[in-house]
Amino acid sequence: MSVAAPARRRSSGRVALLFISPWLIGFAVFMAYPVLYTVYLSLTDYDVINDPTFVGLDNYRELMGDEKVVLAMRNTFVYTAMAVPAQLAISLALALLLQRAGRAAGFFRTAFFLPKMTPPVAVGVLLLLLLNGQSGLVNEFLAWFGIDGPNWTTDAAWVKPGLVLMSLWTVGSSVIILLAALQEVPEELLDAARVDGAGWWKRLWHVVLPIISPAIYFIVVVDTIASLQSFTEAYTAFFGAGNTTYSNDAALFYAIYLFQQAFEFLHMGYASALAMLLFLVVMLVTALQVLLSRRLVHYTGDRA
Amino acid sequence: MSTLDRAGQVGDTGSPIVPDATAARPTPRPRPQASRPRGRTGRVVVGALLVLFTIAFVYPFVWLVSASLKPRSDVFDNRLIPETLTFDNYIEVWNAAPMAAWLLNTAFVTVMATITVTMSSALVAWGFARYRFRGRNLLFGLVLASMMIPGAATMIPTYLIWDSLGMVGTLTPLWAGNVFGTAFYIFLLRQFFLGLPTELFDAAEMDGAGHWRVFWHIALPLTRPALVVVALFEFQAAWTDLMRGLIYLRDREDFTVPRGLKSMLDQFGFGGEWHWELVVTASVITTVPMIVVFFLGQKQIIQGVASTGTKG
Repeated sequence: MSVAAPARRRSSGRVALLFISPWLIGFAVFMAYPVLYTVYLSLTDYDVINDPTFVGLDNYRELMGDEKVVLAMRNTFVYTAMAVPAQLAISLALALLLQRAGRAAGFFRTAFFLPKMTPPVAVGVLLLLLLNGQSGLVNEFLAWFGIDGPNWTTDAAWVKPGLVLMSLWTVGSSVIILLAALQEVPEELLDAARVDGAGWWKRLWHVVLPIISPAIYFIVVVDTIASLQSFTEAYTAFFGAGNTTYSNDAALFYAIYLFQQAFEFLHMGYASALAMLLFLVVMLVTALQVLLSRRLVHYTGDRA
Repeated sequence: MSTLDRAGQVGDTGSPIVPDATAARPTPRPRPQASRPRGRTGRVVVGALLVLFTIAFVYPFVWLVSASLKPRSDVFDNRLIPETLTFDNYIEVWNAAPMAAWLLNTAFVTVMATITVTMSSALVAWGFARYRFRGRNLLFGLVLASMMIPGAATMIPTYLIWDSLGMVGTLTPLWAGNVFGTAFYIFLLRQFFLGLPTELFDAAEMDGAGHWRVFWHIALPLTRPALVVVALFEFQAAWTDLMRGLIYLRDREDFTVPRGLKSMLDQFGFGGEWHWELVVTASVITTVPMIVVFFLGQKQIIQGVASTGTKG
């Protein structure tokens, strides 16, 4: 065996490379090269038709003074700061309800998850219709309680809250993930807390939430990254060829501005600099969350 | 989750914290005694809240379908049952837009994207799970790291690659990148392969089965549950993708359904023609296939999603 082993290992190394070769090629062509080329393009002026001309750091200088960049960045951060906690709160509430739903849990789970299957374009269309200031269903519902609902789609102050509200409709996968985590909470711990006289709220805050904190952390990280790159719903509802009705400054997310610069204005060099900035911001925010997680996330026993 | 990693798409993220081999096995049933609210009032409150939220989550679909069955003048009347029920919009929408072509295009892209990404990701995952070779951990680290890279950082050069191949304006860029596998699926399938007993494959090799045979005839059939999860995730991601449609498709006849729906919104919605009944109907047509897929693969989708968050 000791004689045969090295030969076999060598040949299986070659076989392994064959198996992973699709990814190796894909990584080189569609990941490593594009990232490096984006860095290069960000230092050039490039309109696709003419060759790129090297301009040094001009794009980055221009970006610093571009008030649309400031606006888009602010919009994106404001949206993320509202959407991530709101989505977490609603999905936690739904998961807690599902946990207590008994036999009908399957039915309710389906109902809460189904909207997640809706194509984001259709979500964008629904946003315009359901949140329409005059005839929208949401304002009609608010009117039952005597509330005069805002013009969600046209009033700049309400556009982002409207997008957040609509995003709550598609929290289905977070609900499922939290429900799975809730079912792992050991019953003995809850019983012990009950014996000690801890009420529902105390048990939730001091027992349940610490135990499911890895799942919460996962959701916060994934949702934050997704929100920072949020594109389709807002682009569908507020941008594009036909939109002459709405002022869309309030919905100009960073990814939308980047898309416009690259594919509508063909400012590929400038858009590459924008992409580098987004890359940096996503990395920084993620690093910050990793640091925070060391203090706030509680991993039980066998996990690192 | 539709936040699955697909290169070149800005709205996408993957995550390194993903499942182990339990990905597609049934999760344990909830323990009922653990979750029963004490007392009758508690139960009534929970029940009432569940029903209210269910209405809130399902009603938009009902509203949309109902609106698509109303004549143009009634679309915004918010009635549950249309006053005048008509299927005209479903006929009109085929005249107003090349809907059949859009559906065919999307079906083609979705099927190609799903088959290629499932196969290639399984191949790569098997390479990482079955064999030890120099640089394996480093390379797998790269797989995980690549999930963190925002789509925006690769979007422009990726476009330039397809442009230089003369593929802009065709459907190819919408799926062909999938032949190289996707990091998130590679990770998911590798976890599943690692959960399978090695002895099985060793024994087959002893009996003279080649590397390919072991993969194709033994490992792959055992991985079916995980392959189904990957296929369902990708099916949804490919069917619903708008951004690649915006970047790569030029002529109306070449659009996918999401891209087509956006163009209908631009033309018939706020574009001035004000035929919202067509936009509403096209939205239903875009959404229905996803609802069908969900009901066909509900168990696998729910279990797949549940496993992405736990076992961190």
